[in-house]
Parts: sequence; C-alpha cells; structure tokens
Amino acid sequence: MDRHGAVGGTISSVTAMLHRIFDVFSSLKLTIVCLSLTIVLVFAGTLAQVDSGIHEVQQRYFQSLFVWWPSASGGIPVFPGGHLLGAVLLANLIAAHARRFRWTWKKFGIHLTHAGLIILLAGGLFTDLFSVESSMRLAPGETKNYSEDSRVMELVVIDGSDSELDQVTAIPASRLGKGGTIGHASLPFRIVVRKFYRNARVQPLGQAGPEALPASTEGVGSRVAVFEVPRATAPNERDLPGAVIGIEPISGGAPSPGTWLVSDQLGAPQTFSCAGKTWRLEMRPARYYKPYSLTLRKFAHERYAGTEIPKNFASHAVLTDPERNENRDVLISMNNPLRYRGETFFQSGFEKNDTATILQVVHNPGFLAPYVACVVVGAGLLFQFGCHFVGFLHRRGTSP
Amino acid sequence: MKQYFPWIALAVAALWIVSNSRMPTSAPGDFDLVTFGKIPVLSDGRNKPLDTVARNAMLIIHGKQTLRLDDGRVLDARRWLADVLFNASAADKHPSFVIHNPEVLGLFGWEQDGRKYFRFAELVPFLEKIDGQGRQVASVESAKRTPFQTAIHNLRNSLILYQRLKNSVRPEVTLGFADEIAAFRAAIPPGLEAMAKREKGEPFDQKKFEAFVGLAARFQTMSEMACLLPVPPGPAGSGPREEWLSVGASLLQTISTGEGNPVTEAYALTGDAYQGGNAALFNRHLQDLAEGMAKREPQASGRAAYEFFFNQLAPFYQAMGLYVLAFLLVCGSWLGGNRSLNTAAFYVLLLALAVHTFGLGSRMYLQGRPPVTNLYSSAVFIGWATVVVGLIIERIFRDGVGSACAAVIGFTTLIIAHHLAGSGDTLEMLQAVLDTNIWLATHVVAITIGYSAMFLAGTLAVIYVARGVFTGSLTKKSAESLSRMTYGVVCFATLFSFVGTVLGGIWADQSWGRFWGWDPKENGALLIVLWCAIILHARWGGYIRQRGLMVMALFGNVITSFSWFGVNMLGVGLHSYGFMNKAVPWLAGFMISQLVLMAIASLPPGRWRSFQSEVRS
Repeated sequence: MDRHGAVGGTISSVTAMLHRIFDVFSSLKLTIVCLSLTIVLVFAGTLAQVDSGIHEVQQRYFQSLFVWWPSASGGIPVFPGGHLLGAVLLANLIAAHARRFRWTWKKFGIHLTHAGLIILLAGGLFTDLFSVESSMRLAPGETKNYSEDSRVMELVVIDGSDSELDQVTAIPASRLGKGGTIGHASLPFRIVVRKFYRNARVQPLGQAGPEALPASTEGVGSRVAVFEVPRATAPNERDLPGAVIGIEPISGGAPSPGTWLVSDQLGAPQTFSCAGKTWRLEMRPARYYKPYSLTLRKFAHERYAGTEIPKNFASHAVLTDPERNENRDVLISMNNPLRYRGETFFQSGFEKNDTATILQVVHNPGFLAPYVACVVVGAGLLFQFGCHFVGFLHRRGTSP
Repeated sequence: MKQYFPWIALAVAALWIVSNSRMPTSAPGDFDLVTFGKIPVLSDGRNKPLDTVARNAMLIIHGKQTLRLDDGRVLDARRWLADVLFNASAADKHPSFVIHNPEVLGLFGWEQDGRKYFRFAELVPFLEKIDGQGRQVASVESAKRTPFQTAIHNLRNSLILYQRLKNSVRPEVTLGFADEIAAFRAAIPPGLEAMAKREKGEPFDQKKFEAFVGLAARFQTMSEMACLLPVPPGPAGSGPREEWLSVGASLLQTISTGEGNPVTEAYALTGDAYQGGNAALFNRHLQDLAEGMAKREPQASGRAAYEFFFNQLAPFYQAMGLYVLAFLLVCGSWLGGNRSLNTAAFYVLLLALAVHTFGLGSRMYLQGRPPVTNLYSSAVFIGWATVVVGLIIERIFRDGVGSACAAVIGFTTLIIAHHLAGSGDTLEMLQAVLDTNIWLATHVVAITIGYSAMFLAGTLAVIYVARGVFTGSLTKKSAESLSRMTYGVVCFATLFSFVGTVLGGIWADQSWGRFWGWDPKENGALLIVLWCAIILHARWGGYIRQRGLMVMALFGNVITSFSWFGVNMLGVGLHSYGFMNKAVPWLAGFMISQLVLMAIASLPPGRWRSFQSEVRS
C-alpha cells in the first residue's frame, strides 16, 4: 500500500511539475520577457558591429545559445543568445497555441499571424542549420564545376597518378587544429600535426628579421617564416590558417624527419613522394563540387554616363550540365540571380580590374519559408486589425 | 461669420501659395536667365535643367542658394552659375566658398574675423595645400573624421567642383570661344595632313601641326575636367545614337566627322555674348540654343522645364508654412474652445497635403521611381504618410489631435529633409543594387509607413502626457480617445513594419541569397517590430493600461529614430547611405527628450494635473 501510494504521489507530482512547466512555457509573461531580451540582444549586436566584423557578431550574439563575456573561449555566459531566445519563443508560441487555441472568427487573425511566425522562426532555424554559402570566382573564359568557402579551409592531399581523375583527400583545417596524427584508408601515410596557426602570416626569411627561423624543413616552408597574428575581426578580412605537418609512411621505411608548411598563402601546391607515387599537398578553401559547370564569357560593369556611380554588374556565362543535357547562355546580374538545381548564383562582386566576377552561391532548402510567412502574417494582421477597426467604427456610429 | 471662418482661412492660405508660385521673369534688356535655367544637361548620370545644377552646386560650395556680394547685391543661383560657366574671371571675385572651421582658416594663416565666405581668387595661393590635406582625409572613414578633416575635405570637393564647372562649357580663359572653334575647324584638315606626314617621317608644316595639336589638347583638357555633359546625342537616324557629350569631347569629335555640332556652337556664341556683357546678343543665341535643344531632345527639355517649375514652386517649403499655420489654428481652437478654428486647421492641412503630394508626385515623375530612394525622400515621405493618417484620425475623432500631430510631424520631417538636402542633388541616380522599382515600391514604402505610424503614435503620447501632467484639459473622455488612437496607430505600425521588414529580407534573398544578415538597418527595423509586438502583448495581457501604453509609445519614438537615423551614424553595414556627423547631437537630444517625457509620464496620477480631482475623489 505504502509503495503504491508513494508511486502515485510521484506520478502526480511529476504531472504537476509538467503542468507547471507547460504553464510557464505557454505564458504571455514569457513572451514579453523573451521579446524584451531579444530587443536588448539585437541592440547590443548592432552596436557591436562598430568594432567587430559582422560575421563575428553574428556568431557571438545571434547564432549562439549564450553570449559569453569576455569571450567564448574563456568567460561566463552573460546573456541568452539568439538561438536560445529564438527556440524559447518558438516553444512559447507553440505551447500558448496548443493551450488556448479555440476556433472563432474573432481569433482567426491572431491564429493566422502566429502560424506565420512559427513558419518564419522555424524556417530561420532550418536555414541556419542547413544552408550552405560559398562563392565562385571566374575570370573570362574560365570554367569551374565547384564553388569555394573561403571561411572554411582544408588541407588536401592529391594523388595525381591517374591522368584522367585526381584522387583528392581533404582534411578540414579545424581537424588540424585539434592536433595529433591523422590517417585515412586511401593514404599510405599518416599526417602528424606539429604546429597549427589559427591566423598565420607568411614572410620570406630575408624580410622577417634576423631572428626568424624557417617554418619547416621541406618545401616552400624552408624559405619562409611563419608567425601567428590576432584573429580577423574586420568585415572584409578572414583568418588565414596555416600548419606545420610531418608525413609518416605507414609501412616500409623510417618515419621521415622532414616537416612541411601548409597555408593558402603559398600559392602553388607542393609535392612529395611516398609509396612510389607523387602527391600534391595544398591548403585551400573548401570546395563544393557540382554535377554541372559555369564558364564566364564576359563580365560587364556599367556606370551612369559621366559618373562613377555603378549602374549594373552582370556576368554573361555558359551553363553546361552533361547529366541533364543542358548547354545554354545565362545572365546573372544585380537582383537577377540564376537558380539551378537547388542552388542560387548571385552577382556579388568583381575583381582583377573589372574583368573577373565573384558569384555568391547559396544552397538554402528553406528559402521559401519567409515568402510564405510574410503573406500569412500580413494577412493575419490585416484581418485582425481590420476587424478591430471596423468594429470600432461601427460602435462609434451607433453610440450617441 | 463663424461658419465662414474655415473657408476664409483656406482662401488666405491658397492665395499665399499662389502669390509664392509666380514664375520668375527677366526684365527686358537683361540677361534671360529663366530660359538659361530651363536648358537640359546631363550631370551625375541624369538629365537636369541648369537651374538644378546651379542650386545644387551653390548648396555644396556656398551652403545656400543665394549669394550676397560685397556691394550688397544678391545673386541668385542661376546668375552665379552663368558667371561661373561663361565669365570665370568675374566669378572668381564672388565670395562663393563657405568656410566655418577656424582650423582651416589657420591653415592659411588667417584669423577668424566673422567672415564666412571667401573668393576663389583668395584661395588660389593655397590650392596645393588644400589638395594635399584633403587627399590625406580621403582615406579616413567618414565616421572617424575630425571637424577639421571634414571641413578641409569638403573645401577640396567644392574647389574641384568649381574648377570643373568653370571648364565645362568653355575654357575658363578665352578671348572668344566661337573664334577658337572656327580656328580649330579650319586647322583640322591641314593639321591632319601635317600629322600624317610627320608620322611617315616626311617634311611637314610645323606651324599647322602645332595650331591643330594645341587646340586639340586644350579641348581634351576641357573634356576631362567637364562635370556637365551639355551636348545631346545626334538626332535619331543619323548613325548610332550615342551618349551625351561634354563640349570638349564634342569638339574633338569634329576631327573624325568633319562637322561642327550646332549645340556646341550655340553654347560658344551664348558664352561669348555673356562674357562681353551683351544681353541682347546673349538672349538671341540662348533662344537658338533652347529651340534647337527642344527640337532635338523634346523629352529631356520637357522634363527640364518641369523640374525648373518644380524648383521655383518649392512645394515642400510652402507646405512647411501651411503646417505651421494649421498648428497655430489647432492650438487656438484648444485654447479658445472654438470649433471653427479646428475646422479651419483641417482645411489648411488638406491644402498642405495637396501641396506636399504635388511635390512628392513631381519627384516621382522626374525620377521615374517610387517615392523613397534616399534618406532625403524618406523624410519627405514619412511626413506625407503621417499627415494622411493624422487627417483620417481627425475625421474620426474631430478633436484637433489628429490635425495637431499631422501638422507637427509634417513640419518636422520637412525641416529634416531640408537639412538633408545640403549635400547636393536629392534626385540622385541609384546604386546598382537599388535599381529595382518593385522592391523600392514595396519594402521601402512599407518600412517608411511603419516609421510614420511609430512617430504618430509617439506624438499622440506626447500630447497625452503634456496635456495630462501640465494642464487640466485631459478629461476622462479625451484620455480614452487618445489611448484608442495610439493603440490603433501602433497596430497599423505593426502591420507595416512587419511586412516591410520581411519584404526587405526577401529582397536580400533575391539579390544576395541571404534572407537575414543582421545588418544594422535590418536590426533597426526588427527592433521596431519587436517593440510593437511587446506593446500589443503587454496590453492584451493587461500588464499596461492607458499610461503604460503612452510610456511605451514614447519609447517607440526613441527606437524609430534610432532605426531611421541612428544606425546610419554607426557607419557600418550595407544600408549606411549618407552619414551625418551634424545630426548626432540633434538625434541624441531628441532621444533624451523622449526619455525625460517617459519619466514625467511615470509620475503617479496624483501629480498629473488632469487626474488630481479624480485621485482625490
């Protein structure tokens, strides 16, 4: 009996607690608290952009559970971040509607509005998690079947022994940052990380001062010095990671004592031999390969007559897709992107004296959510406030 | 009598507008600068009349559109521009350049002696110094410049503009430009022959060669300096229809075509007559120029004439006057409890709205764009939208509150627009990314209407607090109706701010593939939406009532002004068009005033004069 009672008591106290949690999550107070905190967060995140790059601000304030102070690596959480506030607001929205939903025309506008907000918030979260942004730089006549993400660097080891196809093994720079030894089934050797730089600068030994030492024993690294600089914060800068690595053959032969410097500031790839093959070694932006390719025919930068005010940027390119048997001219210009096979190409910039183009390539499976949400919320608000207004005018009309 | 008063007030206001709208005429025997002002040129990428060129150049160089000479005579902008274009040596003696900054004067070894305007001739010895100092500043971000740096940078820009203008339609030093052109045309065939021989290494006529090359080099310099392109493309059907050309470039074209350009020659003759002080001759050649232009470029000429008319009418200045009048009438109706004054205010406001609308519509016609394209036009549009909503509220409640808000915000936004216009052409061409009428018409307009509604709600709150705390006039009924108005306007603001913000995201998705980037201007818009959401939820939840709503609406003013102006002052982000150092103290002052009002509004009801009797009973 006692046991039974105790279990019953536990169950009822658990349900009571769940009820209480549900109460909290569906309360209007929580909505107001979260919205107020969001205002403070957005305001702080706006002011922070005066001193920090937008990318860093996004990660610190908006794409995080907490804002850490003085920094994320060493500090304490001082404020809820964008992801946490967004998630709580979303839960609050859903809980409140689960609890109070009642179908009446009077409430129709409010339901519609909040349904739209759920789409918007969920879509935002989805985009944050699943969208991939990269860029494609094309000089006239150049063809590429990949885009690059210069914020994510990777170390690639290329087996070029097959003249038709390169065998590429890629290691993210973030993996190098963890140190240790890295191996892969396709490689007859292991890579040992001797030193990793989050943001490195490379200088020829002659210019680096009398005390500078060669960065590595082999390759380009033997002629240059490498040193760490503070992480990039300006909007147009990015970290340029670098590493000093060793190559350890898995079978046969003693481990080579030589080290190699890898960094995307070195320009050309370096080569070394192992297990009877020649391998290319390169640090470069991460690539996203596509089953189709783009060739730039011409980049046009128009200005208004007699001024330097840009009028239009346009890339005239050729899209080739052997799988789908497509080969056609495409035009990508300001406010006129190319959408193809789930990816969108936007005119983003230009380089090399106005001849080469930079295209922003976005894969965002959730891109429709804001469009739907805008219509739904707009209709909801219009309906709700319209009802208020008409009712108000009606009452005024009938009152003496 | 009382029932006629509103109509009388309206008639007086309308007469005032009409009397201000008379088009200028030039006295017989004087230089016809009215026709001159209507002639179209291409400048900063768009066709505009010389009148607009003159006004904008004077705003940049002189800081205002009229110039007082030392002998007391006052030059208007067209007269000043005619001097600069056609008679540079006279223009150099006008006190054209405004310099306020004592450190800039110190650079020249001058002490500040109350003089603000300086002649080009005085500045000539320091041109190199100004250029060097100004160049150094160019690399400093505009947000981080000291007052001295801003001043020297502006002075350098003014000097560059001035010297380019002087060489735009004729060389700044010439004894007779028409003669020069004739000499050039005569020199072309022998000059080309000599040139060909010289290239082949054969003996050639050195004199003929030099005569030709010397003039060609002179026109080449002119073409490089020109900031006006006054020569329209050749008539349709006569070869390829090209762009507008500078006078220098059109003269160089003569080398290949062998034919002179009638517009170029008409400009030369007109300029020679002006320089020679011959008004009759000037007017005759100017008439030829205007008629030739109207025949060749009927559309550009038509628009230029319309823009001239628009400039003369200055609808926004006139509307400002009417808003002041309307506000005074409303105040009178409150003080005297007189309904007819209130009706008069409403009529005057309708007239002001008509004038304001005419200005807005004219800008849209001239630019071929939706109403908001830059910060200046956003101020004009915010005022317009607020007046429309204010008048609707007035129609519903008929207690003067809607009219008062409309008048105050209409006037304030036009004053702000007036100060934003100091940087030159307010009908400037749009950067590539903004070149899309769909998004300008939807996103930008919706956001701007959202701002209008927020300011309107804030102003209603100011009236509530001011009447409630400082006077006994806020009865229960009027407090009730103010609170209804404020709530309604906040709902309206929520709708437009939300839709506008999301449309902005969709635009960004269309042009960058990124719906939301946490850019400062985007964040500013989001802050407004969030604040509206908080107000509405707090009210629905019963956490705030009348006074709480008012306090929150006041803070809406702070947030909206931050979003509209404040984020631009951060100097970062994609939307940071137009940075204004000068506006910082004004913005800060406005925000502080709203915070003070919020504090006053938070006084307990016993301290509110209107609520004292209620509290006591």
